[in-house]
Amino acid sequence: MYFGLSEDQLMLQDSVGRYLEGASELEEVRRFVDGEGALAETLHKGLEELGVPFVLLPEAQGGLGMGVLEAALISETLGRHVSPSAFTAAYGMAVIGLREAGDEDWLSQIASGSARMGVGLTEAIGGRDDAGLIVSGDTVSGRASFVMGADGATHFLLTTGDQLVVVERGAKGVSETELTTIDRTRTLLTLDLDNAAASKVAGNNHAQAQRKMIDAGRVLLAADSLGAAAMMLEKAVEYSKDRDQFNRPIASFQAVKHMCAEMAAKLEPCRSMIWYAAYAQDHVPEEASLMACLAKSHMQEVGKFVARTATEVHGGMGFTDLLGLHYWFKRIGANRQLLGGPEKLRAEAAELQGWVG
Amino acid sequence: MDLNFTQEYEDFRAEVRGFLDSNKGNAPSRSDRSVRSKKRLAWQKVLLEHGYAARTHPKQYGGYGAEPDALKARIIAEEFARAGVPGGIAGQGINMLVPTLLELGSDEQKEKYIKPTLSGQMVWCQGYSEPGAGSDLASLRTAAVVDGDDFVINGQKIWTSTAQFADMMFCLVRTEPDAPKHQGISYILIDMKTPGIEVRPLMTMTGFAEFNEVFFTDVRVPVTSIVGQRGEGWMVANATLTHERGMLGDPDAALGRLRSIAEIMKKEHIDGKPLIDDAVYRDRLVRLQAEAQAMKMNGMRLTTLASEKKSSGMAGLLVKLQGCELNHQMAELAIDVMGEYGMLYEDSPFARDKGMWQTHYMFDLGMIIGGGSAQIQKNIISERGLGMPREPKPAPGTFKAN
Ligand SMILES: Cc1cc2nc3c(=O)[nH]c(=O)nc-3n(C[C@H](O)[C@H](O)[C@H](O)COP(=O)(O)OP(=O)(O)OC[C@H]3O[C@@H](n4cnc5c(N)ncnc54)[C@H](O)[C@@H]3O)c2cc1C
Repeated sequence: MYFGLSEDQLMLQDSVGRYLEGASELEEVRRFVDGEGALAETLHKGLEELGVPFVLLPEAQGGLGMGVLEAALISETLGRHVSPSAFTAAYGMAVIGLREAGDEDWLSQIASGSARMGVGLTEAIGGRDDAGLIVSGDTVSGRASFVMGADGATHFLLTTGDQLVVVERGAKGVSETELTTIDRTRTLLTLDLDNAAASKVAGNNHAQAQRKMIDAGRVLLAADSLGAAAMMLEKAVEYSKDRDQFNRPIASFQAVKHMCAEMAAKLEPCRSMIWYAAYAQDHVPEEASLMACLAKSHMQEVGKFVARTATEVHGGMGFTDLLGLHYWFKRIGANRQLLGGPEKLRAEAAELQGWVG
Repeated sequence: MDLNFTQEYEDFRAEVRGFLDSNKGNAPSRSDRSVRSKKRLAWQKVLLEHGYAARTHPKQYGGYGAEPDALKARIIAEEFARAGVPGGIAGQGINMLVPTLLELGSDEQKEKYIKPTLSGQMVWCQGYSEPGAGSDLASLRTAAVVDGDDFVINGQKIWTSTAQFADMMFCLVRTEPDAPKHQGISYILIDMKTPGIEVRPLMTMTGFAEFNEVFFTDVRVPVTSIVGQRGEGWMVANATLTHERGMLGDPDAALGRLRSIAEIMKKEHIDGKPLIDDAVYRDRLVRLQAEAQAMKMNGMRLTTLASEKKSSGMAGLLVKLQGCELNHQMAELAIDVMGEYGMLYEDSPFARDKGMWQTHYMFDLGMIIGGGSAQIQKNIISERGLGMPREPKPAPGTFKAN
């Protein structure tokens, strides 16, 4: 038994971290959010050189054949640097779904770079009255809301509820509405389809593929929040040592120390929990869905606490745009709502354990 | 990450299960709190023989003499928890004093005390806190003055758990009144039958006397009762405090408690419906489950760090704070879901489990306060874990609230 990361996993995370530290620095993120520059694309190319998009792709398609744990380490690092990236959807969820369905064709296209998939599964988690897709022959119509991974997407992998289909971006009958979320580091879309050409995903175990995509997506979003929250805590501690009030660093005031201690004490166990939830996706299938629900719901509660508390430690400065701490705050906030908020996840977790009448 | 155990460990697990299957009929009940129960002592004997108690302690002192192996220790804990069987005696003597003696005791002290302590025959109490020295333990004033071959002790301890049953006390006393406060303390072992010791049980909020006041009037103990050197008691005590903190907040126990609450919620009905159908309580249950799960995984990580002999860092520093708080919140939920039944206590008609959850709720609050309060834990986490500065300290007597 070894509960921890391997040398290779540490190296992977370290190399992605070192790259993002330079390439995804705050000023670049800010420019991207303000609609200038193409940071998402620059990072995509840089991460491609490090092999990041290939992590989950099977070796048969030229991928690295790694697991959700490695992907989670990458997500954590992306969250840490609030990096614009479609990774969670395009190279996490989509690849896992296509792998499960056994769709070698699409996997090869993703591996070659000719396809990048945004993912729309919102309706499989909780459908709204105005959304939902219906397939008719080779076409699909209706609305897919909150489609993730839109940055750089060439295609969208969508659910009709029990079936996965792919539509091409910009094809006839595919119209997209870009959403303005609180977190602008990643782009979300709502798609309206009107008899758009749909290619079906291979195989017929789509329900299972979809389940795995949702589980893994939840783990990756939790990891993203872990990285963002850890960075906020580090920034808070660092700031408190530099800032003097009443002739002493605010880090020496117990109220400030205790805020930081509470953040650290709540956050550190999340790390172990997310490692396990990620590992379970590939190695403990009977616990995969439950652990994804528990890990994301818990991480989002802790993440919210860290986001507000770390901001408080910075005083008025924390509230400014200038410092940019709010990018992390908002990243954590958006992750909380995606693929199921804490209450929804806990209700699912209860159901998975038969805790329901 | 590799959560599979190698064959060696799978075999070991099978061995533990085999042992439990054939012996668990002799185990005392988990709620058997009496320190001298015959059943507990007999069980301890069996556990010592098989290496399920004092596993790594040297054979010469009554231990089993196995190589330290964090994974095997974990397997034992897991299997005992699964079987619902209590493990070895876990008092302050075994968990705190014995490791201290092994590290810093004289050969004579090891010879004399470890064996009977491991067997459960010799019961210890911890005499650290005083009326004027709680969180600020180093300000303790109980004095020990050398007179011939003896220390003569005068002063008072308080909150001393199990002192009313104990044979011995490991105690902090001030031997060098003129030295700076941390350098004037010594760690000594006191026979509780020595004349001049008076133990007065203190009733606690739970309705039991979990702890006591202990008064010393001209109590004479031989100077050889000291562990380590004169004035080094603070260092010696800190060796044991580390052991105490490791003792609290077992993550498997927390998940076990959680399952019990889920069972209560399935069993108890209101207006014909089981409580588990109530979405609000269920949400609280799963929320605590997620936290307990996080603490369990944190514990697994600590096991690996220990077996690799790596420092546990933040993952270790947080255990007392988070673990005790989590237990307290679970007891709170159990009481809340039971509604009016939640307030029934002890032998009340209709009480569930003799009001056990109320006992937990109160006792766990004691655990949050004792052994370094939650606030002191946060000081430690921020200072040692995050490198934040200590608060400036005013000179003694210069600072008053009113
Ligand atoms: C159930 C139980 C069993 C115990 N068993 C034993 C035992 O066997 N042997 C033994 O020696 N002792 C024992 N204790 C004593 C225990 O260790 C002390 O109660 C504890 O260290 C706190 O000391 P105090 O009670 O004097 O509280 P105080 O130190 O007076 O603390 C009161 C409040 O002030 C806060 N506070 C104090 N200092 C600071 C600070 N620097 N920063 C922030 N907040 C601060 C505390 O957190 C607390 O909230 C036991 C206590 C309990 C509750």
